[in-house]
Parts: sequence; C-alpha cells; structure tokens
Amino acid sequence: MLTVDDIAIEWNAFTLGGVSFDVSEGEYFVLLGASGVGKTVLLEAIAGLTDTSKGRVQLDGKNITEDSIQSRGFGFVYQDQALFPHLTVSANIAYGLKAHRVPRAEIQVRVSELAEAVGIEGLLARYPETLSGGQAQRVALARALAPKPRCLLLDEPLSALDTAARGSMRGLLRKLHRDGQTVIHVTHDYEEAISLATRVAIMEAGKIVQVGTPAAVFQHPKSEFVARFVGIHNFFKGELCYPEDSPGSMAEFSTGAMTFSLLTDAPPGPGAMTLRSEDITLSSKRPEGSARNTFLGTVRDVAPARLGIEVVVDMGVEMAALVTESAVDQLGLAPGTQVWTSFKATAGKFLED
Amino acid sequence: MGYSNKSTGYPNRDRGQEKQVDSLSGARLRHDPLFLCFHALAGAALLFIIAPILGLLLHSSPSELTETAMDREVRESIWLTLWTSMSATLLLSVVAVPLGYVLAREKFPMRGFVTALIDIPIVIPHSAAGIAVLGLLGTDFIGTKLGIMAAMAFVSVPYLISAAREGFAAVPERLERAAFTLGASRARVFFTISLPLAWRAIVSGLILMWGRGMSEFGAVLIIAYKPTVTPILIWERFGEYGLSYARPLALLFIGICLILFVAVRVITWRGPNVNR
Repeated sequence: MLTVDDIAIEWNAFTLGGVSFDVSEGEYFVLLGASGVGKTVLLEAIAGLTDTSKGRVQLDGKNITEDSIQSRGFGFVYQDQALFPHLTVSANIAYGLKAHRVPRAEIQVRVSELAEAVGIEGLLARYPETLSGGQAQRVALARALAPKPRCLLLDEPLSALDTAARGSMRGLLRKLHRDGQTVIHVTHDYEEAISLATRVAIMEAGKIVQVGTPAAVFQHPKSEFVARFVGIHNFFKGELCYPEDSPGSMAEFSTGAMTFSLLTDAPPGPGAMTLRSEDITLSSKRPEGSARNTFLGTVRDVAPARLGIEVVVDMGVEMAALVTESAVDQLGLAPGTQVWTSFKATAGKFLED
Repeated sequence: MGYSNKSTGYPNRDRGQEKQVDSLSGARLRHDPLFLCFHALAGAALLFIIAPILGLLLHSSPSELTETAMDREVRESIWLTLWTSMSATLLLSVVAVPLGYVLAREKFPMRGFVTALIDIPIVIPHSAAGIAVLGLLGTDFIGTKLGIMAAMAFVSVPYLISAAREGFAAVPERLERAAFTLGASRARVFFTISLPLAWRAIVSGLILMWGRGMSEFGAVLIIAYKPTVTPILIWERFGEYGLSYARPLALLFIGICLILFVAVRVITWRGPNVNR
C-alpha cells in the first residue's frame, strides 16, 4: 500500500540517506532505532511535514511526494500528543472531521464512537490540561483516527507514558491493528516492536539496516549493531498458561517444542518470551539449586561477541548464551559437545500479543 | 508547559501549589540579603511610577475635576482622542497581525533586519515621525482626523506587531502541524489554532497600541493642531494658563485611560488561555 522509495532528507547537520521500505494494507510496521537516528524525521517526511531531498513516497502506486499534507490522509500521533489546549477533548476529536466538512450530526455520532473505542467517554467535556498522560494519548489517537486515515503514523506513542498506561495503550493499538488499521510506529523500545509489530525495520545512522518479522530480526540479527541494539538473542513465540490455574503462581510458556517456567503476572494467552543471553548459565553437570529451567543440549556454534563468547545451544530450540572465554575453555565447549543450560524463572520476560 | 506533569497520574492536581515550589517565595530565599535588596529597589521603581500620578490626584480638587469634565472642549477632545486611536488600532491590526504571524513563522533572508526595522517608530523623535508621516501623506492631511490617525498609527503599531509576533511564536508549531495532518487548510489552522492561542498576546498588543496612540503628542502636533487631541490640549492649557489649569485635565485623561484599560483587560480575561 505505502512504498517509501530511496528517501533522503537533509535536516540541520543530519542526513537521512536512501531509506526504502514497503508497508502492506493492514500491517503493523515498527521502525526501531536509537534516539536521534532520524526516525521521527522519516515519519514526518511520509506525512509531508518535512521536505525530502531525494526519493519518493507512493500510496497505492501513486506518487504523493509532492502532495500536500492535508491530501495524504495520514493520521499522525505525536509523542507529546500535541492536543489543542484551547479546545475540549470532544472538539479536539472533532477537529479533523470539521476540516473535512462532515455534517454536524455525523460528527457527534463519530466523536462518541471514537471516544468509546479508545475508552474516554467520560472526558469529552474536559480540557487537555486536566488529562493524565495516558488519557491525553488516547485523545490524540481518537483525534488522528477520526478522519479515517489510510495509515496511522505513531511517533513514540508510548514512551511518555507510565507503565500501567503503556500496557493498556499497547492493548488499544493491538486492537486497532486487529480491526485492520495500517500502522507505522516509530520507537526505540524493542519490547514495543516485539509485542506489536508484524514487521520491524531497524534503523542505524539514518539508514535501515534490517527489515523482517520480529522473530527473524531478533533471532537472527544481521549485524553486530542490530544484535547489540535489540540486546536479546533469545526470542520465542508461544503460549502462556498457568498449570495451577491462578495468575501470580508459576506460569508455563510453551513454544510447542519446549516448555519453560516463568514468573509473570500477565494473563494467559499467546505471546512472546524473551531471554537475555547473559542470563543463561552453562555447566558440564546437571546444576543443583533452584533454576527451574534446566535442559541438556548440544552446542551448535561458539562465536566471539563484543563482550565474551556467544554459545548457541540446541535443546529442542536454539538458545544463545553469553559466557566468558575462560568458561568456554573450562567446559571444553565446541560445536557438537553436550552442555547443561539453565536459567531462572525470573530471567524470562513475557510480552503478550 | 502543561505537558510536563502529565505522567504523574494526578489529572486534577493543584497547580497553584506546584507553582509555589518553583517560585522565589520560599521562606529561606525571602531572607536572603540580595532578595531583600531587590524588594527595596522594586519598591522604589513602583513609587517612581505611582508618585507623580498620586501627586496629580492630591493637588486636584473634586470641584476642579467636575468643572473640567463639564467643559465642552475637553469632552470633545477626549472623545476625539479615544476614537481616533481606537480606529487607527483596529484598521492597522488587519495588517499588523498577519505581519506578526509571518515574522514568527516564516524563515526568510533578513528576518532579523525586518524585525529591527519595525521598532524604528519607537526610537526616533516623534516630531520627526510626524514630519515623515506628513511627507508621505501630503499637506492635504493637515488638520484632518485621518491625518491624526495616521500619526497615531505610525508611532504605536510596533507594539501590536511585536506582541502578535511573540504571541504566535509562543504557539507550538507542532499544534499547527497536527492540524495539517488532520486535513485542515492553512486558513483554517490560522483561524482555529494559531489566532485563538495567540489571542491574549494580541489583545495586549491592541491595548498597548491604543494607549500609545492616545498618548501621542509630537507626531500628532505636526499633522493636526486642530482638531485637538487631549495631549495637545493639556500642553496648550499648560502653556497658556499654567500648571493648575492643566492639572485637572491631565488627571481626568489619565483616569479615563486607566478605567478603559482595566475594563478591556477584564473583558478579555476569560478568553482562551494560551500558555498552558
């Protein structure tokens, strides 16, 4: 649906060069990169808010690079919401509808539908000043959705929120995506990418260095940079359940091939588990003690990493462990040898889908 | 601004209390010698403004004031001053407000120079300003109300332009951009976002311009001695009859100006709040 073709932007002392990617209808596309890498500028270029020096933006095969901001029909949500301070919540949401000359009666209906959809029915008469961060972000989302945008552009929509608000906002974004909304979401937080994206693009120094599904990108980072940036090599899709049937007790996460014990308070259901490679312990004998997740596996690969040595162990699924050089010597680790891997139930992190 | 404490989760927290923490009124700071010294200096500055007006008030008797207020020449002059300055302000606002917007938003070569240019009428001698305006308009305008308005406008319009420029500059550009992405045209964004949010600053500018126009003496004197605006009438009475004759008129005019300014402030007080 949306094609960004070799876009370049010169902006103060900073250049974004030769960025290309495609976003299909109904996709949730996450642009992931450190701050200052040019994600926001790229998003603004797509919306037409920033001029490009090269390249094209195409919507449904039509070149819209020179089109006005207004005619592109993209919804934009800023990190700090940018709500109109002199208008009520209701008038904020109605703003885009009035601009599109929607009849008054229809505006009222649409505003209350949207308010219900994002859960802010009780706030319509309030002014932005009186809203919490989470509420303001919901209003901003409803306002951007009101003119029924072809594509929703989100600039770090969760990073200004506290943990609780972030969780419920994530749920809301997921619901929008399920309902078919195409979304491009810019963030520096890989957890957002894992829990929301259908595809992720990693940006480094004004360029996209890897694009793919979260599983592909996080499990097989193409470069040292991606690996270091995403910071996790162990990423599994699966399902969370509570064998004792009470959330808060020890949970089990099953990938199909393997089952891990996890300490989490997330509700049961499908999701992803991440595990940092430095949280995995390798030993030659079955370890004693409390580690619940203990498996015997075969070493597939031993490779130096920026810090220490990365050892990939196959125990039904592949898992990467980061160990010191002396540990590799002591354990005699080489491809084909057997080794015990273990990690604590608190080391695995679950992110619901 | 208002965004900073969004994530606290206390939507209706008392902002007044928050301000107290930030302001310099904390007890420890209040006893700082420098701070005490500043209070004394601030008091002196205020006194310098208030004392002469207070002096006027103390030296005038109510009977003198009523007598002056009943004087037909005085009433005509005050009325003339009020409406010419008001008209000049409103007419010029049609061009001054857009200029303020352009200066706040557009980036063009020599913007700094243009901004400085606007302040010229404030710094040049007002008799010279009157000569300049007369040169532009031609001698046909001598003694006309249009001429008076032109002279008033020339010396007072920088205040409105500056206020509008600052008001528009204080409106976050993000808000305008957000409005564009929602499909609003430039005109709609200006009238529904930029102008309402800069409104307070613009009203301040209008009041300043109006007040500055009413108090103009030098430039108006060059263009129109008759019909006589109040500042010239005060000067005329002082020159012809002395201090005691000019004083009640001065007091009356100051009083009327003050009442009008306070009234306009009060009326516009509940306007849209910009600086949230």
